[in-house]
Amino acid sequence: MGTPVTPGTRMRDVDVALKKRMADVALNAARSKGATYTDARIGRYLNQFVVTRDKNIENIVDTESYGMGIRVIANGCWGFAATDKLDNDSIARAAETAVAIAKENARIQGEPVKLAPQKGYGDVTWKTPIEKNAFEVPMKDKTDLLLSVNDAGFKNGANYVQSVMFFVNEQKYFASTDGSYIDQDIHRIWPFFGVTKIDDKTGKFETRSSLSAPRGMGYEYLIPRESDKIKGLTTLYRDRYDMHEDAAAAALQAAQKLKAKSVEPGKYDLVLDPSHLWLTIHESVGHPSELDRVLGYEANFAGTSFLTLDKWESKKFKFGSDKVNIVADKLQPGSLGAVGYDDEGVGTKQWDIIKDGVLVNYQTIRDQAHILGLTESQGCCYAQSWQDVQFQRMPNISLQPGKTPLSVEQMIKGVEKGIYIIGDSSFSIDQQRYNFQFSGQLYYEIKNGKIVGMLNDVAYQANTQEFWNSCAAVCDKSDYRLGGSFFDGKGQPMQASAVSHGSSTALFKGVNVINTARKI
Amino acid sequence: MAILTEDECKAILKKALSYSKADECEISINGSDSANIRYARNSVSTSGSLSSSSMAISSAFGKKLGIVTLNEYTDEAIQSAVKRSEELAKLAPENPEYMPFLGPQNYAPPAKTFVPATAAITPAQRTTMVEQSLNVAKEGKLTAAGFLQNSSGFSAMMNSHGLFAYNTSTNVNFSVTLRTADSQGSGYSTKDYNNVSKLDTLAFTKIAAQKASGSANAKAIEPGKYTVILEPAAGIVLLEQLYGGLDARSADEGRSFLSKPGGKTKLGEKLVDERINIYSDPANPELPTSSWSGDGQPLTKMSWIEKGVVKNLNYSRFWAQKKGVKPIPYPNGIIMDGGTQTLEELIKGTEKGILVTRLWYIRPVDPQTLLYTGLTRDGTFYIENGQIKFPIKNFRFNESPVIMLNNLDALGKAERTVSGESGQSALIPPMRIKEFTFSSLSDAI
Repeated sequence: MGTPVTPGTRMRDVDVALKKRMADVALNAARSKGATYTDARIGRYLNQFVVTRDKNIENIVDTESYGMGIRVIANGCWGFAATDKLDNDSIARAAETAVAIAKENARIQGEPVKLAPQKGYGDVTWKTPIEKNAFEVPMKDKTDLLLSVNDAGFKNGANYVQSVMFFVNEQKYFASTDGSYIDQDIHRIWPFFGVTKIDDKTGKFETRSSLSAPRGMGYEYLIPRESDKIKGLTTLYRDRYDMHEDAAAAALQAAQKLKAKSVEPGKYDLVLDPSHLWLTIHESVGHPSELDRVLGYEANFAGTSFLTLDKWESKKFKFGSDKVNIVADKLQPGSLGAVGYDDEGVGTKQWDIIKDGVLVNYQTIRDQAHILGLTESQGCCYAQSWQDVQFQRMPNISLQPGKTPLSVEQMIKGVEKGIYIIGDSSFSIDQQRYNFQFSGQLYYEIKNGKIVGMLNDVAYQANTQEFWNSCAAVCDKSDYRLGGSFFDGKGQPMQASAVSHGSSTALFKGVNVINTARKI
Repeated sequence: MAILTEDECKAILKKALSYSKADECEISINGSDSANIRYARNSVSTSGSLSSSSMAISSAFGKKLGIVTLNEYTDEAIQSAVKRSEELAKLAPENPEYMPFLGPQNYAPPAKTFVPATAAITPAQRTTMVEQSLNVAKEGKLTAAGFLQNSSGFSAMMNSHGLFAYNTSTNVNFSVTLRTADSQGSGYSTKDYNNVSKLDTLAFTKIAAQKASGSANAKAIEPGKYTVILEPAAGIVLLEQLYGGLDARSADEGRSFLSKPGGKTKLGEKLVDERINIYSDPANPELPTSSWSGDGQPLTKMSWIEKGVVKNLNYSRFWAQKKGVKPIPYPNGIIMDGGTQTLEELIKGTEKGILVTRLWYIRPVDPQTLLYTGLTRDGTFYIENGQIKFPIKNFRFNESPVIMLNNLDALGKAERTVSGESGQSALIPPMRIKEFTFSSLSDAI
């Protein structure tokens, strides 16, 4: 994540003309050593973590990481080297190392790398459309907010509260021998908390985590707005988050969880809120539709995929019911995946993955696009830092809202025996993405169209294809919200990436629910 | 950057400290060189190298702390960073949990964490090691995906109370998955060492090849409670949830599997089967680790679970002071005693059971009972009358390592293994466990 620095010690923004000169040193050095393609990424990555524990500010960490990663193709093979020394000699040496590694590895390379064509964009820029740069907000405002959040938890009966704010600013410069010089300024934010409530008599404890989402936004996400609140059993949030209000509710709900009925295992209809469903989408749709997994590039770690090419080629593989329309995109404002260009200089776009329940496409990058017969990449390349090599990462993958008007209340009215799940918690899925198990933060039992009380010890298990084919309804766009992952892990060495998943509340029929209570 | 010697570290840290005007100042420096090859579809997919270093300067006035880091080591840059850390400390809020820096410490002589041969691995050597692995795949008409990474590094710290610590280390990490051409079988093997001469990529790939071929066309059996043999690479991912959770503060606060009603804990009580001994020892030749922790405390041999009883918990310096006990830093390497049986002997002694090569996607379900879920992967086999009878389809499990270690049936010989989840190494025996809970079937191969 870079090395810790303090706000006052950050370096100043790096001049674009200087970055262009440094990138050209890398491109020229690699070319002179025999590279047939080179890209150079100069990155300045700023992170800020503000961590509180109960009544104390536990940690304020600012990290900054600045350097250059150089990727080349030589003798038909990829090579990569990175350096944090950015004088001309060090850059040239890194470029030479990348070429030497590529040439060394070429002797055990199977087929030469085949890149989808990409036009050069010349000098272009892109910025996350933020309203308030979180890095410029005074630290006292942040610590005051977090301590008041903890206080709201305590006032409502919590025993412990931990709250955190994460801020990310990626200042990325990309240059390639295709003729692109791309300067981007990307911002992300993730506020969250966890409250713990302990029953002294029984020694039992329960937690409730925040219902916030990480977003591709500035500090404005933390400025509450009534029009972004959805009032119900608990308040849910669209594009503005009221952390204070959510912490107060969480403390009360953690106490309710201690007294909630333990679930009777069996089949239930599940009404899944977007604050929960995003993670199911991420794991069971996002990952299996990554083309690199389908092809076996992740077989040793993250795994492969059940969405094999023959299923796509058949044009009739029924991934889900006809209510299931899933779109990949790198454009949606406020999302974690939104950028102008990916980390191999490809302009971003939107495309269908599942259309009316049928698998129609994957997610891919330049060196794999030809396998799908594509003449251009879908722009899914990303590296977590200048010092890591870029590879295929998930774009935003979102379930489209239902086309006919349907509210959550109307959806619940139609359920005889069900569970309404809010918030994400435990998640686990196999290496080909068939079998999964998920838990949530809040479970409400539905009987004959009505919420009758809170449940506990709930987890549901399903097979991906059966689950998505059991999707009976999706609420309309007025309920659509984004969830997301700030630290999605993939690759060796593992890299984190951030990705959003949108949906409206959705209904899944007859899903297997287990009881997770055990004794030790 | 190049590995700095102890004398070089001392010189640079002394100079940096000489600029300090704070009540207390502590400075650390570390650096590493690493390189890797990643391969898939029987070919190289990505590879690269990285060299980096950083110095962290912590200055304190009372309970106010300021930290600055840098990776440029001119006198001017260091002097200015020390000054900035002091300015920041003066502006920082007081931290009620702040603990003053330690004075001089006595560390055990360094274990052999650094092996020159590992530090000297060349790109050509790395390529050859991967080539050997790829040859096994090609000869067996299998498809390989793997990862080989080597690294070497140094770390040192010094403070204004006279503490100085220094260590160097090397590591080489290898993992490989082989799949049959029809994707009906998959096998896995992983190892990591300080010393590259112990890493035989050919032999370990052959193990994965055997499992891949042997696991093809698996049969489905009903989920339920089974006797299992967990190979070390499978066992470590559940065990690390147990030994990683031996924390005094969360236990005292009532929010741990070690908590008891009324603010009591299970420290000193029997938690698991009496054959379980878990400890740490930085000097262990199979798993040498640094003899000091990140905050400068000496790391010595420490028993965590002895004859099934929770012997010690990790106490941070703050929590130890609050509780009036000695701080116990968390260790770098864990050792679990094993028995004398080989994995093969454990299989031979099993009437009916399931052999598990690897567990995957381990996630907490209930912190109160330390219940975890996850799946078997890359080679799961049914054992009957002491023999592997046939491969079986993968299962999802829902199990707590505490329950698992209470259901212990037999332990094999401990060996060094690396967690596919956390990347941490430990000495772990293969374990035969009764009534391990598999909750559903998975179609994944």
